[in-house]
Amino acid sequence: MPERFREDLFEPDRKELAESPAYCFDLDRREWIAVVSAGLLVTAAGKVVFSPGIAAAEIPPSTRLHLGEDGSIIVLTGKVEVGQGSRTEILQAAAEELRVAPGALRVMLADTAVTPDDGSTAGSRTTPSTVPVVRRACAAAREMLVRTAAEAWNLDASQLRVESGGVVHAGKRFAYADLARSKRLTSTDDESTPRVVPLTEIDDWTVLGRALLKTKARAIVTGAHRYPSDIVRPDMLYAAVLRPPSYGAQLESVDLTPGKELGVVAIRDGGFVGCAAKTSYEAHNAVEAIGKTAKWRTAPHPSSGGLGAYLKGRAQTSGTGRRGPRRRERGGVDSALAAAKTLKASYEIPYVQHAPMEPRAAVAEWDEARLTVWTGTQRPFGVRQQLMEAFRLTAEQTRVIVPDTGSGFGGKHTGEVAIEAARLAKAAGKPVSLRWTRAEEFAWAYFRPAAVFEARAGLSGEKIVAWDFTAYNPGTAGIETPYAVPNVRTQYFPCDAPLREGSYRGIGATGNNFAREVFMDELADAAGLDPVEFRLANSNDERLSKVLQAAADRFGWSPAQSPGQNRGTGIAAGFEKGSYIAICAQVRVVGESVEVERLVSAFECGAILNPRNLQTQVEGCVIQGLGAALSEEIRFAGGKLLNGSFSQYPVPRFRGVPSMETVLLDRPDIESAGAGETPIIAVAPALANAAFAATGHRMRSLPLRLRAV
Amino acid sequence: MARFAVSVNRKELSTESPPDRPLLDVLREDFGLTGTKYGCGEGQCRACTVLIDDQPRASCLTPVSSVDGRSVTTVEGLASGDELTGVQQAFIDVDAAQCGYCTAGMIIEATALLKRNPTPSGSEILDAMNPHLCRCCGYRNILASVELAARTSEASDA
Ligand code: FES
Ligand code: FES
Repeated sequence: MPERFREDLFEPDRKELAESPAYCFDLDRREWIAVVSAGLLVTAAGKVVFSPGIAAAEIPPSTRLHLGEDGSIIVLTGKVEVGQGSRTEILQAAAEELRVAPGALRVMLADTAVTPDDGSTAGSRTTPSTVPVVRRACAAAREMLVRTAAEAWNLDASQLRVESGGVVHAGKRFAYADLARSKRLTSTDDESTPRVVPLTEIDDWTVLGRALLKTKARAIVTGAHRYPSDIVRPDMLYAAVLRPPSYGAQLESVDLTPGKELGVVAIRDGGFVGCAAKTSYEAHNAVEAIGKTAKWRTAPHPSSGGLGAYLKGRAQTSGTGRRGPRRRERGGVDSALAAAKTLKASYEIPYVQHAPMEPRAAVAEWDEARLTVWTGTQRPFGVRQQLMEAFRLTAEQTRVIVPDTGSGFGGKHTGEVAIEAARLAKAAGKPVSLRWTRAEEFAWAYFRPAAVFEARAGLSGEKIVAWDFTAYNPGTAGIETPYAVPNVRTQYFPCDAPLREGSYRGIGATGNNFAREVFMDELADAAGLDPVEFRLANSNDERLSKVLQAAADRFGWSPAQSPGQNRGTGIAAGFEKGSYIAICAQVRVVGESVEVERLVSAFECGAILNPRNLQTQVEGCVIQGLGAALSEEIRFAGGKLLNGSFSQYPVPRFRGVPSMETVLLDRPDIESAGAGETPIIAVAPALANAAFAATGHRMRSLPLRLRAV
Repeated sequence: MARFAVSVNRKELSTESPPDRPLLDVLREDFGLTGTKYGCGEGQCRACTVLIDDQPRASCLTPVSSVDGRSVTTVEGLASGDELTGVQQAFIDVDAAQCGYCTAGMIIEATALLKRNPTPSGSEILDAMNPHLCRCCGYRNILASVELAARTSEASDA
């Protein structure tokens, strides 16, 4: 067991928005009936309830599975699909345990009136948390199918097996639809259902562990799939919202007349001003006209130049609670440092924006006092709560539906666009569609926190004997070192930040691991060791060592290499949320910029559930990480964003993709963890270390640039 | 306000609109064709790409007045009935859509490329596709889809 603060491994990042509580509100019967026919409902605990479809029945809020008398099978989860592959993964998990073809199942995601509350789709939790729950419910249903068939045929259940969605014996077949019908006749509640049914062993997997293409792919390539911004309701209006001219500005007065003269719905409610019209063109014109009359009280706001000092000067060093500072110490760091050869360095990262391809969007519709909102969010139940608070509604009156959404990357946890659309729909008395502009998405969505890091360590020969790491503002994910160090102190201080901050792929781990892995390189240099050897010498985590070794092997890493001509190679590794990454990079430094020539990533997240989707997730995450490493940096001054567009905020494009290889290590003996976040954390440090090898200059801040020496 | 007549996906459609209103809005809001996506509104992401008289164009920068009397093809107009085009099928086979929000623009661009150059080289594909953004960063799969579509159509033509 590696030396590490084990309890921290799955601690949510302090910058991660809080999970919503597990509600157990009544379901909306009318809506439920619209989606399910008569049949059986199976909960995660294996409890079974008969649902006649139309008449009232107790529908447990934790229902995972509906087996229809008509043969339909629906799997339910409150998770959302934002491109990470959750829909396919849930489908595979259910098909595996039910022993049915994936094509015979339907997966329903994120509809607060129907699906269970699975919290936010964040922190790579779908794989380790939701997949096992779905599998248990499906395994319970399969077990029941076998036992009911055995009873009906007077056979011993142990002789029967489920294949292709039914039990077959001596020319007879008993399918899930038969089970649903037979339960209707016998009982409404099968108390004898075993609560714990063993899950299918990994060696017996036929659907999990294999590539499965997305079920929505056809709808996507034909343009038929409706993303949140594509939802159309009868009589619907399009909306636009007036934004302040700068951060912190307060609306003092505004005249709605110029908007009303254009014939649109225009409202002001406190600081909120918005318009709804037959077209978004009219709505935006009306907002622009109204905006010219607005008087604002502005507030002083810092600039992104000197951000590091600004944050450090506003560190919150006292206080408790999960939003406050955090300090861990083990061993005697100060005395160990005093006795060792020491090194220290500091690092900095800027704000970055997720810039999801589909900006925030929502369609809101009121039916008297009931509100339905279709929106792209990673927290459907959290957004429902925000709507309930904003409009003083009960849970039964508020429904949030999340159509598969145009990406998120941790950037869509909040419900502001849903509230804005609902406010305008209320004023208009008609459904309203609101889609933020790209400029709004850049300026008014939240950011990955900017941060400062101070690292100190003591060396004895090739071993790190003391580690002292202080992080200002990044969040706590990935703050503990995965290396074996006897004396460790980690401190985290949240800062009074100038911009709105929140989740991101890997969130705190992006900065914490950048600082740590560049510092590891500096220590290797001080110890006179090759960076790979040094890391291996300080790792007693077998999984960490394996990804390091796998990346180095595939890359053809050799300690003595020096490609020359401003070229260099570097490595970085990381552990986060149950998975491991190591990346080897070759870069060329041209002028002040770093160009990536080759990348080799090795990734391990336990047992692989869908190798194709995993490859895509790891590659996409690594390429996205090239942006934060090389070019992305939010700049602001005088309360205004200076680079809030794709032309001024360069994100990775086709041409920026280097030659790359990805090694996926499968560990059937280890439970699967999520994969969409961890790969990003090793990208920036691998490139920084390669740039050092190329130039001899340490790059300790992001984005990487060779600054005048 | 003026009336504009456009042939969209081989159907004659018309709308009453201010002349400078973007074609993107007209397609989505007046004609109900939501397959074409908004990503930036300023020509930087190409999610909104459509074919105008067979040329790929950013519909967010195209005033509706400029397409009066011309023909427009959107992602909804590619397949004939249930039969997908080679490019669409290749995007499915390679699993090139992650969230899929950029996919329509990519498919339209690739369709135009293969029409004017059925056997593009790797760098010709890169040139054509580079203006398009995919924030999921599925770039390698997207390139693989375009290459697959080119190979498949070559094989079926042979
Ligand atoms: S929406 Fe047209 S280029 Fe981005
Ligand atoms: S697949 Fe999500 S933006 Fe391209």
